[in-house]
Amino acid sequence: MSDVRKMRVLIAKPGLDGHDRGAKFIARALRDHGFEVVYTGIRRTPEEIAAAAIQEDVAVVGLSSLSGAHLRLFPAVVEALRKADAADIRVIGGGVIPDEDIPILKDAGIKEILTPGTPVDQIIKAFEDACER
Amino acid sequence: MPVNVDIEKIIELLAKRDARGIAKAITLVEDNLPGVDRLLASLNPKNIDACLVVGITGPPGVGKSTLTGELVALFRSQGKRVGVIAVDPSSPLSGGAILGDRIRMMEHSLDKDVLLRSMAARGKLGGICGSAGAAVRIMASSGCAVVIIETVGVGQSEVDIVQLADLTLMVTAPGMGDDVQAMKAGILEVADLIVINKADHPGADSAALDMEAVLKERGIANSFTKVHKTIASEGKGIAELVGQIQLLADSFLESGERHKRRLKAHDMEVFDWAMEMLKTVVEKEIADYSAEKRQDPRLKANGILSQIMKNE
Ligand SMILES: Nc1nc2c(ncn2[C@@H]2O[C@H](COP(=O)(O)OP(=O)(O)OP(=O)(O)O)[C@@H](O)[C@H]2O)c(=O)[nH]1
Ligand SMILES: [Mg+2]
Repeated sequence: MSDVRKMRVLIAKPGLDGHDRGAKFIARALRDHGFEVVYTGIRRTPEEIAAAAIQEDVAVVGLSSLSGAHLRLFPAVVEALRKADAADIRVIGGGVIPDEDIPILKDAGIKEILTPGTPVDQIIKAFEDACER
Repeated sequence: MPVNVDIEKIIELLAKRDARGIAKAITLVEDNLPGVDRLLASLNPKNIDACLVVGITGPPGVGKSTLTGELVALFRSQGKRVGVIAVDPSSPLSGGAILGDRIRMMEHSLDKDVLLRSMAARGKLGGICGSAGAAVRIMASSGCAVVIIETVGVGQSEVDIVQLADLTLMVTAPGMGDDVQAMKAGILEVADLIVINKADHPGADSAALDMEAVLKERGIANSFTKVHKTIASEGKGIAELVGQIQLLADSFLESGERHKRRLKAHDMEVFDWAMEMLKTVVEKEIADYSAEKRQDPRLKANGILSQIMKNE
């Protein structure tokens, strides 16, 4: 209650693949750096993710996808946020994402793309930057 | 982070029951941002008075969130708008937290009449009664007929939180017998209804008997401290439990018990806010304390307090 503005983020896994080890790893790393991380579990639709992000009033949504459906799913979350009048909530994507897809995703409004090789420091930095309004 | 909140806009959205407005309002309270007093003064006291506040506590992993999700479904089937505040501890080292209660309630994500907010305890001095209490009122003011507060029952601050509620459920599961015995008397005493969840697991009946015995032993058994069995993951036993909740809520309302509890919760919240405000002032004084003028710590503390009282 003393002026402690917290960095709040939401980590979600859209799509059908059931592995959330990567998402949980990121969630724990963020917690260990002082973030409040809302975790919503696997197999969420873009609309569910957007609605949860709004209710939790997070600054950033981090998405993880291993299924190869990122080109469809990540932009769908950006779109769902825009439709819900919450385009100011930033979206970061992570997972096994081929280099050639990165510019396409950035064009679609994904702020940052994190791949399995991204060092933890850089992941934290990406979320910190995205939290700055 | 720069503060760029348009308080008038939030108040306006809040009055329209807008999801974003409600969420922003809760953040404003949690972060104690400027304008929060004006916002809280704009709330609807009639709605707050009409709302039933239910506390749910119990050991980790016994199914509190799953049960909460089921209670929400049942209240929704009665046409009621429902709010949930899920409180998790913050890491004492980093101050961060993973808030995972939502995982069990995602079925309600797209329902505009279910408000769900995860809160971290944030290591606040007086517990988090102040901000959780304000969040309850924001949700109630926006038309929630029921607000559920979920918290892991591990220590004193959790006991404080559930005291914000009009009535409290204590949830446990088979195989937690020792934990229950060891549980602080305080937690059992604030429980109005006891639930043995995971009744599909072996040992549910003996767990129920154990619980009843503990209650009798402590002399806190009454007609309502009956033990309920549920299987939250299958939606079983929920209707009976909600029936009991409603009976008890009505009886508390009639007997004046609810009024008494709200007054007590009010005092607790006032205390919390006052301590937090005081903390801010004292921390600033200490930070500004020049090395040359160091004096005995108790003397200095006294000085700070008289300074504050003079300024009033
Ligand atoms: N077998 C069985 N499993 C259940 C039941 N209710 C919940 N579970 C499972 O128990 C696990 C924990 O459930 P949660 O609802 O997250 O428990 P919780 O008490 O909220 O957990 P914390 O918030 O972490 O303390 C999940 O895997 C649920 O699916 C039940 O009645 N029977
Ligand atoms: Mg839970």
